[in-house]
Amino acid sequence: MKPQRISLSLKIAAAVAALFVALPLLSIFVRVPWSDLGHMLSQKSTRDALLISLQTSIIAALLSCLFGVPLAWFLARSGARGLSALRIICITPMVLPPVVGGIALLTSFGRRGIIGHYLYDWFDISLPFTRTAVVMAQVFVAMPFLVLAVEAAFRQSDKGLEDAARTMGASPTRVFFTVAIPAARPAIIAGLALAWARSLGEFGASITFAGSFPGRTQTLPMAVYELISIDYRLSLVLSLVLIFISVGVLAAMRDRWMAGR
Amino acid sequence: MSISLQGIIGRGDFERALNFSVADGDVLAITGPNGSGKSTIIHTIAGLISLRSGQLQSDNIMWDAPDSEQWVAPENRSCSVVFQDLRLFPHMNVLSNVAYGLRAHGVNKDEATARSSAVLSRVGLSSFEKRQPNDLSGGERQRVALARALVMEPRVLLLDEPLSSVDSASRAVLRQLLPEVLSGFGGATILVTHDPADVEALASATFGL
Repeated sequence: MKPQRISLSLKIAAAVAALFVALPLLSIFVRVPWSDLGHMLSQKSTRDALLISLQTSIIAALLSCLFGVPLAWFLARSGARGLSALRIICITPMVLPPVVGGIALLTSFGRRGIIGHYLYDWFDISLPFTRTAVVMAQVFVAMPFLVLAVEAAFRQSDKGLEDAARTMGASPTRVFFTVAIPAARPAIIAGLALAWARSLGEFGASITFAGSFPGRTQTLPMAVYELISIDYRLSLVLSLVLIFISVGVLAAMRDRWMAGR
Repeated sequence: MSISLQGIIGRGDFERALNFSVADGDVLAITGPNGSGKSTIIHTIAGLISLRSGQLQSDNIMWDAPDSEQWVAPENRSCSVVFQDLRLFPHMNVLSNVAYGLRAHGVNKDEATARSSAVLSRVGLSSFEKRQPNDLSGGERQRVALARALVMEPRVLLLDEPLSSVDSASRAVLRQLLPEVLSGFGGATILVTHDPADVEALASATFGL
């Protein structure tokens, strides 16, 4: 694309916007106690939070994919009635305050919740304040990102190929796995990365539904939040870790989101 | 009688009454201008759209009869299609494209590979097995689509404008190849075309829309 002349006033506004995002991120780099970094990262509480974050967010991303891709397919191709209402419900967590998501999960899966009390009475299963609850909160918040990305890909993919596969003897299930999924693969990978990044950063829903118990349910964002008043330097270090992971995801996905940049 | 259709086909606002049948070994050419419903016939017989009314049957099996709610899904009809836009799977190589239908029918991998290779050599593409469809010329892609249909040994073969999307050199090759291949095919063939030369070269009967 040919570079275009941009007026000074617009340049100033653009600079304000860019600096407003860049400066806070940079200030973490400035203030991080680099000399103590190795020591701080090797502390048990740090390692625990990092491991719990990685473990839960990876599981949450995979579960989002396992169930979100079929949901995206249903939304894109079923033609069922009430589909737009279903779509709105399924992507609501994207715009919902996460803490409300946490309350919703407590109300449904809590020990006295609509579903949870059966789980507790019949099977002695209590979900809140467990690591499973962390994963559930992350899936609740992150899956819609994947569903939206993959549904768009399914809508754009060539239905003619799926029809051709049907005439060759493939059942609808086989068509889904051998034709539709490969066609949507770039979107599925992008959705997976997006869901993973969102899970990793999840805070509001998980702290509400799972609590912040070090070594059990405390993820990196929860640890950052709790450390602000106790050990600010350590919370800076953990923030740095999260920034690195986020930027890493963006860099890896750059080609998919920003073609040609 | 291998395939017969009596009834009304339709898609959207378009509707048309039809009555024809094709015996084993015959090639029926359906001709007509654009918009006369040629592709709709193909899609109806393949089971991608249903009849508005009437019946479609093959070898005394009712494939589609809306009045008595009889319906055989496309994957269960012994019917192969060479689509006008070919519809080769871009993420599979030539051999996997041809073997796809056999694998879907539960044929084991070795046998599917062997049968697919044999058909590919019949259409002159033996050395193309590992190539990707997007790397082929129009005429080569057309032959892959043909091989993909023939390998199923269907009772009914549907060819939708099989020579329309290739350059003139490939068209000459295909006009020689198609009669050879079709003469070895035991089922009923329906050929949709707007080109009188195709009818001349391939058809044993003509049906004008």
